[in-house]
Amino acid sequence: MTTDFQLPAIDYQAISPLLILFGVACLGVLVEAFVPRPARRRVQLGMALVGVLAALGAVVLLAGTNVVTAGGSVTVDGPALFMQGALLAFGVVALLLIGERRVEPGGAFVAQPAITVGSEADQRQASAPGATEVFPLAMFSLGGMALFIAASDLLTMFIALELLSLPLYLMCALARRHRLISQEAAVKYFLLGAYASGFFLFGVVLAYGYAGSVDLAAIHAAVDTSQMNPALLYAALALIVMGLLFKTAAAPFHVWAPDVYQGAPTPITAFMAACTKVAAFGALLRVTYVAFERLAWDWLPVIGVIAVLTMLVGAVLAVTQTDLKRLLAYSSIANAGFVLVGVLAVGRTGASSAMFYLVAYGFAVLGAFAVISLVRDREGETTHLSRWAGLGRRSPLVAGVFTVVMLALAGIPLTGGFTAKFAVFSAALEVGEGWLVIAGVVSSVIIAFPYLRVVVMMWLSEPSESTATMVAPGLLTGTALGIGALAVVGLGVVPGPVLDLAHDAALFLR
Amino acid sequence: MNDFPYLSVLTAAPLVGAVVVALLPRHRPELAKRVALGWSLAVLVLAGAAWAAFEAGGDRMQLRESYPWIPRWGVSFTFAADGIALVMLALIALLVPLVILASWHDADSPGAKRSVPAFFALILVLETTMIGVFAAADVFLFYVFFEVMLVPMYFLIGSYGGARRQYAAVKFFLYALAGGLFMLAAVVGLWVAGGQTLDWQLLTQADLSTGVERWLFLGFFLAFAIKAPFFPFHTWLPDAGGAAPAGVAALLVGLLDKVATFGILRYSLPLFPDAARWFAPAALTLAVIGIIYAALLAVGQNDLKRLVAYTSIAHFGFIGVGIFAFTSQAGTGAVLYMVNHGLATGLLFLVVGMLVARRGSALITDFGGAGKLVPVLAGVLLFAGLASLSLPGLAPFVSEFLVLVGTFTVNKPVAVISTIGIILAAGYVLWMIQRTTQGTLNPTLSSVEPMRRDLSLRESFVVAPMIVLIIVLGLYPKPLTDVINPAVEATLTHVDATDPAPEVPEAQP
Repeated sequence: MTTDFQLPAIDYQAISPLLILFGVACLGVLVEAFVPRPARRRVQLGMALVGVLAALGAVVLLAGTNVVTAGGSVTVDGPALFMQGALLAFGVVALLLIGERRVEPGGAFVAQPAITVGSEADQRQASAPGATEVFPLAMFSLGGMALFIAASDLLTMFIALELLSLPLYLMCALARRHRLISQEAAVKYFLLGAYASGFFLFGVVLAYGYAGSVDLAAIHAAVDTSQMNPALLYAALALIVMGLLFKTAAAPFHVWAPDVYQGAPTPITAFMAACTKVAAFGALLRVTYVAFERLAWDWLPVIGVIAVLTMLVGAVLAVTQTDLKRLLAYSSIANAGFVLVGVLAVGRTGASSAMFYLVAYGFAVLGAFAVISLVRDREGETTHLSRWAGLGRRSPLVAGVFTVVMLALAGIPLTGGFTAKFAVFSAALEVGEGWLVIAGVVSSVIIAFPYLRVVVMMWLSEPSESTATMVAPGLLTGTALGIGALAVVGLGVVPGPVLDLAHDAALFLR
Repeated sequence: MNDFPYLSVLTAAPLVGAVVVALLPRHRPELAKRVALGWSLAVLVLAGAAWAAFEAGGDRMQLRESYPWIPRWGVSFTFAADGIALVMLALIALLVPLVILASWHDADSPGAKRSVPAFFALILVLETTMIGVFAAADVFLFYVFFEVMLVPMYFLIGSYGGARRQYAAVKFFLYALAGGLFMLAAVVGLWVAGGQTLDWQLLTQADLSTGVERWLFLGFFLAFAIKAPFFPFHTWLPDAGGAAPAGVAALLVGLLDKVATFGILRYSLPLFPDAARWFAPAALTLAVIGIIYAALLAVGQNDLKRLVAYTSIAHFGFIGVGIFAFTSQAGTGAVLYMVNHGLATGLLFLVVGMLVARRGSALITDFGGAGKLVPVLAGVLLFAGLASLSLPGLAPFVSEFLVLVGTFTVNKPVAVISTIGIILAAGYVLWMIQRTTQGTLNPTLSSVEPMRRDLSLRESFVVAPMIVLIIVLGLYPKPLTDVINPAVEATLTHVDATDPAPEVPEAQP
């Protein structure tokens, strides 16, 4: 023991995925500054893809690692690695969508979200070739998410939360078409997100007051030993969980989701729906399972009510939607409820079922948004349901993929959606939470209707004059679609390997 | 016995055929039809071989195969058939080629808006899921087929049906999915309570507590009651049956809905025997109400296809009575009823479809005296109608009689009230036949050109095998009863029912 300040020992290999992501993100900023404009997109896209794939490779190499490193601020354990892997896999698909230029001349993004809508400068940038700032932003966000999942103290977690959120707010405003609702979405998301961050931070402070530390393991220990007023602890728990539930879009913290999902550029919506969900649930799992596990009997009923509310609100409101992006937003709310059912089955099966659900849902939703980005008219994407009438007749293949995704979300067997539902329901029943399963089944029945309505529109309705056209997918979107569809079917037909992987990975290191 | 994997091959074969048919070019519809027909005939031959490999007096579950699927959940691709499943498999293999032949022109549409190969591919996909659902011996696998079955049926009704097809397809899908999801909750519960396995054989030995058993029974029963359908979950069937193309409707009521009664026999009774006894009075009540109520509604129908759909609901009431009477005669009668109903109602739907296709309308008031224009077709309709009302000498009579006799020995009120259903059946069938084919010729009818064409060669090939089978099985049902009896008796031992005086508790719903 020495009293001198010592640099914390850092296991560089364990945090190599994070280092790669942040490194590529910083490089991306330099590319923006130094590489000539015409070459930027290729360089940025290539670099981002290689970076994410390399990080994914690093995660795979780390399989089985269980260390706490960087001065106790980062935990690399099974759940962290599994969810980082899922996150990066979704990241690859989302980057493919972000990088697509074939579908829309110039791409889906503009350079300056701050330019007033309709001004001259705005009109100029509407026809300028697309901006590439979105790549480093997405990489920073991905890096933040990867850290969010692995953070083992609340302060690191907060930093990661801001790191993942700030680029997201910005990316929401980058839409080339429908600029006004894009900006509106960004502002809404930012304001509400800032509130949520405030809640989270307040909770961190109270937790520190109670436990004398922001370390998750230390809080866990303090639950039994601290002499402080337990009200502090409960308030801390409530505020922290609220902040996290906001990011997962669980009711009643969901109100931002429909507007933001609708307004954001579709590739970013896909990115949010798949990646943010994984990150938020990763952090929620870690906080509830590692720091507050001993209070499980106190938070189970409360989060249980939230889960039921989330499923029902998402399902019921999805029924009335006529815009596909809003529909998928409500569906993402309902699905957050289903994941919560898994989270509430505290234990190894609970964690593994929730993680499996996130994987199955992520691929499905990426596929769905990939299709949405293809259905267009002269004004850009047409997301109104009525404009999709008869699309199945015109482009059976892409409409077929969308149908498979809808059936997966509805929980039809032989798709990932079904195996995922089976996983969370069985986990919940095993710990005796039958009421959650009943609520889950009821909401599944309700939400099947909107999914089915989309299928009816595409296949059973006659195409009309207002039917939008399906743009032939470029290589990037095509690949994204293929990955999504294959994963959805694969997770339904041969879920064994991923289930085993999730099960093996589902032990948190404290 | 040989070791040929009959059941898995039988399940997979139509799917392969479906892929082949779907890949055929759209502009060569004739080719697609022929390939589909040939393929389904090959499946029929294979089913015949499976029948031959099945030993009537042997073990309860035969032709067993098992391949690992999701080891973490103890789920496997396990196939096995008992006598009940075997006869249903044979019925499927027989009906599908006939339906394909009967639906030869159903998918043709002016301007070739609808893909003909897709129609026949969907029928083959449906055959795969139907064979799978009867051949599965793992609850998870059963559930998978039970749910996936909805998808091809949904597209068959929704894309190729008549007026209100969208409404009917969505209603069908949502009803069935709702039931299916409650069953999913029960399957999950069974998995947890039964020791994390879903193998049928292992689960029959599981010891469940009374409360759990009742909840799980309820989950399964709800799904089956919607699927069958039993009163009061029946409202989707007339819509679906009325909107579906006739061949598809024949598959729907003739085969698809049998999954429900089969499921009760294979899963609800053996897995939850105590709950089954506890719920039996309620189930019997629903079944009896269904018999009378659906028959009354059938009398009032003016749409031929909807009328047949309602008769089917009444018949399912009889099957339900036979199952929940818990005697071996009634049980055998119920299973036999499942086969005979598939033949008789299937034939009725197909013949009605032929009439409707000629007239271009399904309304009874649009017909009248049709027998003068198409005497042979009218004769076949009469035959199908008589079979459907259980005329002695025809196959359905045997099963209906067995059900009533078996029920009468243990539960006289139910048997007596059910008998009223027979009288009503005569009413709706004969009155329907009188209004469509008898009486004075409706003058507008003779101006409809296709109404002058009587049964074509293709159509005779459709109806002839069914007529022959209905007569043969009416006179000599032994080949079927030999196979069915042991399975029914084994099922009844699960619920501790013994003939002739089984213990059936008094009704306390």
